[in-house]
Amino acid sequence: MTCENCGEREAEIHLTQIVDDEMTTVHLCSRCAEEQGYAESSEPAAEVTSGEGENVPLTDFLAQMGKGGGEESMLPAPSEPCPYCGTTIEDFRKTGRLGCPQCYPHYEAQLRPLLRRLHGSTQHVGKLYVGSDSEEEDRHTRLSALRRKLDRAVETEDFEKAAELRDRIEEMEGEPETEPVE
Amino acid sequence: MTTAERDLGTEGLEWLAGEGREHEIVLSTRVRLARNIQGMPFSSRAGTDERQRVLERVRGSLSDVENLPDPALWRMDGLEPVDRRVLLERHLVSRDVAGPDEGEAPPAAALVLGGEGRSGVTRGLLVNEEDHLRLQTLVSGLQLESAWEEVDALDDEVGDRLPYAFHHEFGYLTSCPTNVGTGLRASVLIHLPGLVLTKEINKVLQGMSQVGITYRGLFGEGSEVVGNFFQISNQTTLGKSESDLIDHLGKIVDQVIEYEQRARGVLLKEAPGVMEDKVWRAYGILRHARSLSFDEMMNLLSGVRLGLTLKLLPTPRVLTLNKIMVLGRTAHLEREAGRSLDEGDADERRAAFVRELLAADEDRAAAAEPDSPPESDGRDDASPVAGDSDDSDDEQ
Ligand SMILES: [Zn+2]
Ligand SMILES: [Zn+2]
Repeated sequence: MTCENCGEREAEIHLTQIVDDEMTTVHLCSRCAEEQGYAESSEPAAEVTSGEGENVPLTDFLAQMGKGGGEESMLPAPSEPCPYCGTTIEDFRKTGRLGCPQCYPHYEAQLRPLLRRLHGSTQHVGKLYVGSDSEEEDRHTRLSALRRKLDRAVETEDFEKAAELRDRIEEMEGEPETEPVE
Repeated sequence: MTTAERDLGTEGLEWLAGEGREHEIVLSTRVRLARNIQGMPFSSRAGTDERQRVLERVRGSLSDVENLPDPALWRMDGLEPVDRRVLLERHLVSRDVAGPDEGEAPPAAALVLGGEGRSGVTRGLLVNEEDHLRLQTLVSGLQLESAWEEVDALDDEVGDRLPYAFHHEFGYLTSCPTNVGTGLRASVLIHLPGLVLTKEINKVLQGMSQVGITYRGLFGEGSEVVGNFFQISNQTTLGKSESDLIDHLGKIVDQVIEYEQRARGVLLKEAPGVMEDKVWRAYGILRHARSLSFDEMMNLLSGVRLGLTLKLLPTPRVLTLNKIMVLGRTAHLEREAGRSLDEGDADERRAAFVRELLAADEDRAAAAEPDSPPESDGRDDASPVAGDSDDSDDEQ
């Protein structure tokens, strides 16, 4: 195979790139590759893997948290252990696991930069949870969740579900603003 | 729900059906959702009593779930070690749930499987993995959208019955922050011998990692790649909707399939004789060997699978290859034998099992085409091996 750039020398570097979700492979000779700024040896892409038991890379990453290293200082001062489950930030660093749902609001300042690194975002935009007896979420949040669910049902032409959701929304809207316990 | 245990028998093997889009290259599609119950520590931190309480709450909530008809529940601490390994070999439980091969099962961890459903679909959930719940659908072939729709519907129902831990910013809360948000992990088990043989595989895997797609070996969790099977899945779970994650993975998988097919085309064009020889040798050994280690079997199965899709081999069926891959593993052989097997025993039984299934497919093919019987008369292992020059002329 000849180089795609100069069309002369044998292509030795094969680069897979992704542009707009499309994977394309570029074949270049070593000289052209160098000229275009591609390193000789393609270093493996940084891996931050999963919670499927494979927590080593994550804990490596966690261990680096707050070590400065030129980047923005990542960790605010260590805080108290989670008041609900007692998980400390040290526990989390060691295991890569949080202890309970309350750990998230408790450690949100520490978690945000981590989530941004892991996922590129901190804001959930997927499926919303309305819940059967969700005490945690206030009425307002639940209403907007229901409305977004309704939009989705209409979008997917699930009219049966849409009708059901509409009923639930009307029911909730009819309730007084300061609702006691449900 | 029924807590009476069904026999493990052939439970949860629907995904081996060898049907669905691209089922020759993509063995199966899995979509799972991680969920936790409000106000309880995650299973990874919970004590035995708390894990027990989680299991009771889940068990109590699963009656009349439309999307999980006729559920059966297996507690890992109530199973023989060999049966836990069987479930692991069927890809129905993770190592965290099954526990170590030797030794205690994790307390109150359980697998729930739905009864009869759509053909080629296995539906169920894991209790007390590191999260309280892992809802999952496992589907034959490449069927990301339908696998997602099924687990989405199941999630709606379970979420109506159990109060999930959900945060307005972070979404569904999980033990590990790599799963938070959607809690969704979609993965396909894909066979890529062409890319491995043409040495293009690392470039493709590297390319994937740049777009948030990651890979694992056959058994997930950092396991090694065996038999050229890769599990490809989304790496991030937060900041994108479930359908975006599914679409994105689907696009990448389609491209990987295209690359794989191109690589196979190149191999066939540049070295047709070598390829034909390779796949027939693989078939010959599988068909006649008296002892097979799991790794050797997987590598030979890869060659035969490739030979089938390139139409270089007339038998077996994809379904048979899928079955061998799972039922030919050691715990399945031990279960069949009714005792534990040392390595030598297991390898001999594995070889016998493989011979039997391949012979059956030859018989089947011969019966379907009485005019051109295969060179070997079915189960007679002593007859000459396929692959001498006369035989290969018959192919194609
Ligand atoms: Zn060049
Ligand atoms: Zn906590």
